[in-house]
This record gives sequence, structure tokens and C-alpha cells, in this order.
Amino acid sequence: MAFARKDLLGTRDLTAEEIRTLLASAASFREIAERPLKKVPALRGKTVVNLFFEPSTRTRTSFEIAAKRLSADAVNMSASTSSLVKGESLLDTVDNIQAMAPDIIVVRHRHVGAAHLIAGRIKASVVNAGDGANEHPTQALLDLLTISQHKELGPGLEVAIIGDIAHSRVARSNLWALTTLGVKVRICAPPTMLPRGIEKLAGIRVCRRPEEALEGVDVIMMLRIQLERQDKLLFPSVRDYAAVFGLNRSRLARARPDAIIMHPGPMNRGVEITSEVADSERAVILNQVSNGVALRMAVLFLLGGQGGGGNE
Amino acid sequence: MSKKMEGSLLLRNGRLLDPESGRDGRFDILVEEGRICRVAPRLEGPADRVIDLSGLWIMPGAIDLHVHLREPGFEYKETILTGARAAAAGGFTSIACMANTSPVNDNAAVTRFILEQAAAAPVKVLPIAAISREMRGETLVEMGDLVAAGAAAFSDDGRTVPNSKLLRHAMEYAALFDRRLFCHCQDNALFADGVVHEGLLAAAHGLAGIPSLAEEIDIARTIMLAEYLGLPVHICHLSTRGGVELVRAAKERGVAVTAEVTPHHLFLDERAVADLDYAGEIVEGFRPEPRRYNTNTKMSPPLRSAEDVEAVRQGLAAGVIDAVATDHAPHEATEKAVEYDLAPFGVVGLETALGLVLRLVAEGLLSPLRMAGVLSLEPARILGLADRGRVVEGAAADFTVIDPEREWVVDPESFRSRSRNTPFAGWRLPGRAVKTIVDGRVVFE
Repeated sequence: MAFARKDLLGTRDLTAEEIRTLLASAASFREIAERPLKKVPALRGKTVVNLFFEPSTRTRTSFEIAAKRLSADAVNMSASTSSLVKGESLLDTVDNIQAMAPDIIVVRHRHVGAAHLIAGRIKASVVNAGDGANEHPTQALLDLLTISQHKELGPGLEVAIIGDIAHSRVARSNLWALTTLGVKVRICAPPTMLPRGIEKLAGIRVCRRPEEALEGVDVIMMLRIQLERQDKLLFPSVRDYAAVFGLNRSRLARARPDAIIMHPGPMNRGVEITSEVADSERAVILNQVSNGVALRMAVLFLLGGQGGGGNE
Repeated sequence: MSKKMEGSLLLRNGRLLDPESGRDGRFDILVEEGRICRVAPRLEGPADRVIDLSGLWIMPGAIDLHVHLREPGFEYKETILTGARAAAAGGFTSIACMANTSPVNDNAAVTRFILEQAAAAPVKVLPIAAISREMRGETLVEMGDLVAAGAAAFSDDGRTVPNSKLLRHAMEYAALFDRRLFCHCQDNALFADGVVHEGLLAAAHGLAGIPSLAEEIDIARTIMLAEYLGLPVHICHLSTRGGVELVRAAKERGVAVTAEVTPHHLFLDERAVADLDYAGEIVEGFRPEPRRYNTNTKMSPPLRSAEDVEAVRQGLAAGVIDAVATDHAPHEATEKAVEYDLAPFGVVGLETALGLVLRLVAEGLLSPLRMAGVLSLEPARILGLADRGRVVEGAAADFTVIDPEREWVVDPESFRSRSRNTPFAGWRLPGRAVKTIVDGRVVFE
């Protein structure tokens, strides 16, 4: 299959063919979750290190389950137990991990480019599990996998991404992946959370109000609003945010009747999305989680199974 | 610089570029006791030493208005001596060093220390003292004492002086001593935790942006103060189109504002931070790793948009911007080998500036005379140094001798500076300084 990278650092540079290869591979792994014995020997003897400098339960768990279902040895390192708190530099930490000869490192870090910094240093393959507000490629790919179960991923599709675009790696990775496949993307955020200049990016339309963003769309992606941003003068109050930008039943009525509702989690119920909408039949939020394991199996398999190829 | 050349020196057959007189042609220069003695189309000896400059350019010694020498306090990044050696190798004969050392150069003892260290340096070092004590923006430094000790200007470079009343009083007081404030213009609240220009690149990569506005609001404030007081002021490292417009308009109104631009703001835009296709200048073997988020593209002010680069270029060519200054900011390799957000701001520039400005000449943006002006005469005027920046009888025999056709590739490993943090590694530059002469003495060749 056409995937010859050493690392998966983002969706920005992936070709449409690479994206489709990853999705096709993930679709074939999805079936393993339904077996009584949820394990294949694809990565037996390989070591996958989950290196999480930011707390994350669900992404880390998803990668861990994915690695274990491929029979890899999965090791978790989190910031609270790492030397980071002892003042060691990121590259020193990484050199130490490299010395233990892992095959794949999955990195989550609060700063943009951390995964790129590591990838430039280390022989192991690196999977970016989130670097600051930049990229979270496996989330975007699992979102695409989920969409592809309901819709045709291509130029006929319209997706609305609503929420804190400025600080969202999920939004960025989805933007790159969706537009690469020709999907039309609308984004909508409070003006304080919309990065200046983003309207110049090809293939996206910026909508001022959620009503405009939702009008006739096929897919709705709500982003998590980080409540602590209120302290940085970015929005007046949670109540105000929910009233102006939250997805509720009346706003949902503007989307196509068969539109699906997505959320990368964890949700703030009653803020960016009402419980009524989140728990409705059109919400595919838990499918996203299931698909996350299959997609991450595909990523680990394609990177680890072949020993890596060219670099970015 | 006590060691003056004994005897006489005859510099023959060079192409003289003297921006003050407008001379651009073949002249011989006779130097005696470290001073320029005669300038004429043809001079015969006798002289104790004759240097033939056939095929080379000779200009008044280049002056860098803006360097960080890191001593005292951060000698692992740079010392006065290593910085001065880098300057000599880059063709500079005088360098003005900023006050953000540890301790801050906010009192005469630190100024005297810098000058004592500089006594052994190959080039002339001009200490710039802080505007406020410990650069806290709260109380004025003792300007009289500092000027007596040798302070050449005043600056809280690296930060702004947010209190407009303090800035006003600093401007007034410095004028008493014919010294100018060098203002780093930045609105702190708008700058916030930004690391790159607020533009398309920041938007696309989720990096915190520094809006042009953060710089321009403070330039406007600084110009308004200078205009109100009728006093001169110098704007450091202008980087935005709006900033160029503010300075242009102020100059047209007769405000005594001057401005500098760095070589990196003349050659690089925000794309250098993360655009994989934006590295056409770099020759094979010098591609940085990682190719994105290389921290040698992180400085303050940040690399702006392509439109801003064009605006500062045009501003420099038109004389709105007076001088090129490096903002030479050495950082040790491990300090830069970190996450982009965590890396310190700043890049080195002393050893690449002249080659880059020569590229502006090769591109036709600057005439050779204008190049000499932005590197020597204009900085000398801004510092109020009548004995530099001009090739006239009695002036200091400081010269930069350039081979305009000696192409070279920037290799940080060859730097005299103690630090290597340049964004220009692997760039091919059209020419370089082949001799640096200070007070009639060849300090680099």
C-alpha cells in the first residue's frame, strides 16, 4: 500500500492517496473489535511508547488498546512520571527513550512542533497525538473514517466545524484532511477564537454565525470549548457562549435532515452541545471513539510493520 | 582602541564608496597615526605600508547600531571579545551593545566594565545604557553618570517602556547629553505570549501570533512623544509595513525620527518558520532538522509577511529607514534546541549582515553608495559620531574593504561568534569583507 513515511506528524502533507490508504486499512481493522479474541500478531515484538506530556486519558488509552490488539508491547510514559518535571530537555528525554530502542513513539505535547522536533532526532517512527494547537492527525483520520461510514467523502460533501478554531488541533487536522479530499469546509468561531487570516486558506468558508455555518450541511463537528479561555478575555461567559454558539435542536434543524453530529470529546454538555442533541440518533460521537482504535491500529501497522521509509 | 597604527598606511587603487561626499570611484587614501590624512585620485608614497585594493571596494567602517554581547552575565552565549571578533570578521569596525546583560548596564560601573573588556577587542565597542533601572520601566537611570562613563545611547531593548511619562522624561533627559533613545516598540498586552507573526502561518500552524499592531501602536506613541517634545528618537528593528508608513509620515512632518531594519527582516518572511517549500536559498547539506519550527527563525519582532518584507526593503531604498542593524542576539545551541514556544527570541547577524546587504546591491535595490550609507554614515549620525562614517581628513581610519564578487556559503561552524543561531545557514552570498581596518590597523583579513 502507498504509505512510505517514517512518521505521521500531521495531515497537512498527506496526499489524498495516503489518506485513502489509511482509511482503507482502518476499515479492515475495525472487524477485529468484534472478534472474541481481539488480537492479531501484526506487530509482535515491536515496542510502542506512549509519551504523553499532557494529560489525556482517552487518546492514550485508544493508542494503547490499538497497540495491544496488534500484539505490540505498549509502554506508557506520562509527564507526571517523566523527567520533564525534573527540568530535563525534551531532546534529552527523547535520547533516553531512543536508547531503549522503541519502534514507534506516540507523542502528545502542549507545544506546537514538539512531535516534529522529536521526529527529526530519533530513528523510531513518531506519531503525533497532538502538538499544541497545531495537529492531531489520528483524530482527523478517525473523523474521516466515521464520516465515510455515512457519507461519500468527496467534493459533494459539506462539513461545518464550529467552536474554538484558534486553539484547536482537531480543527486544523480536519481542515487539511478534508480539503485534500475536496470536501467543502465551513468554519465558525467567536471572532476572538478565529485566527486572523484563516479565510485566505483554500477550500474553506468562514461563517460569522453558527446558523449560517449549519445551513444545509451534511456533517457537523462541534469543538470542545476550553472553559479556562474565559480568563483570557476570549469570551464573556459560558452562558453567553452556549447561547450564541451552542448546538441545540433549533439550530440543528438548519442542517440537512440526514446530517451527522460529531464531537472529538470530552464534551461540555449544555455548553457547545445540548444533551438532547448529543444523545440523539444523529450523533455519531461514540462511533468516533470505536473508530479511533481501528484507525490507530492502521497507523501503527503502516508505520511499524514496514520499518519506516522516507521522512517528511 | 589605544593601539593606534604607528606610521603611515597607503590604501591604493580601491573603489571608494563615501556616502557623505558622494564619491564613488578610484581613490587612494593615506592614513597617518590612525587618522585619515589625505584622499585623492592618486597618491604616491612615501608610506610605511602600502596595501593594494585593486578590484575591491573600500567604505567607511561599518557600524552596527544594535548588538547583544551578553557580557556580563551570559558569557556562555557570547563575550565582548568573541562578539567583537565576529564583528571584525563581518566587516564592522564599531558595534553598539545593548544593556540587557546581567547585571543590566544601568550604572556607570557596568559601562566602565564593558569598555575595559573592550580594550582588548579588535573593534570599537559603544555601550548603550538602559533607559530605566534594571529595565523595569519604573525609574530613570543616572544618565549624566552613564554618559560620563561612555554610554553612547539609551535603550531598554528587548522590552518597551510602557509608562509614557517615563519615556517622555527619558527622551528629555537624554537630549541634555545629545544622546538618543533607541526604542524597542512593542505593546505588551497585544504581544502577549506570541511567538510568530500573526498572519497566515500562525493561523495555519496554531502558533500564538504577534500582531503587527503590537509594534505599530508603540511606534506611533514613540513618534508622538518625540514630535511633541521636538526631540530625536531612534526606532529599533522596524519590521512592518505600517511601521514604515508611520516613520515616513513623521519624517515628512519634520520629526527627527530615525529607524533601523535587520537583515533577517529584509530577507525572510513568516513562511521560513514552517513552509517546507520556502527554503530555495539554502544549498544542499544545510537543511535544518526539523525542517519545520526551526527555532532559528524565532526572533522579536518576528519574521513578518512577504508584504512587510517588501515594505521594509522599499523603505530602506527610499531612505525612510536609515540604517541596517543586526540585532545580533547569540544563544547557545541547547537553548534553541527546544520546543518553538520555549526557545529564546533572537538570531546572530554580525557575520552575515554585510553579505546580505551586498545581495541587495546585486539585486539592484541599493546602489553601492547607499549600501555604504546604511552601514556607516547613517549609523554614525544616529550615534552622533562625527569621526566615523565618512572619509575626510581627520576622521578615524576605520574602513571596511569588500570583495563584491567573492561568493561564499554561510557555514555557522566557521563563525567567530560563540553562538551559531543563524537562519541563513547554507545561504549563498555574493561578497564579503576581506579586510577590516580600525584606526589604521588591519584587524581582520
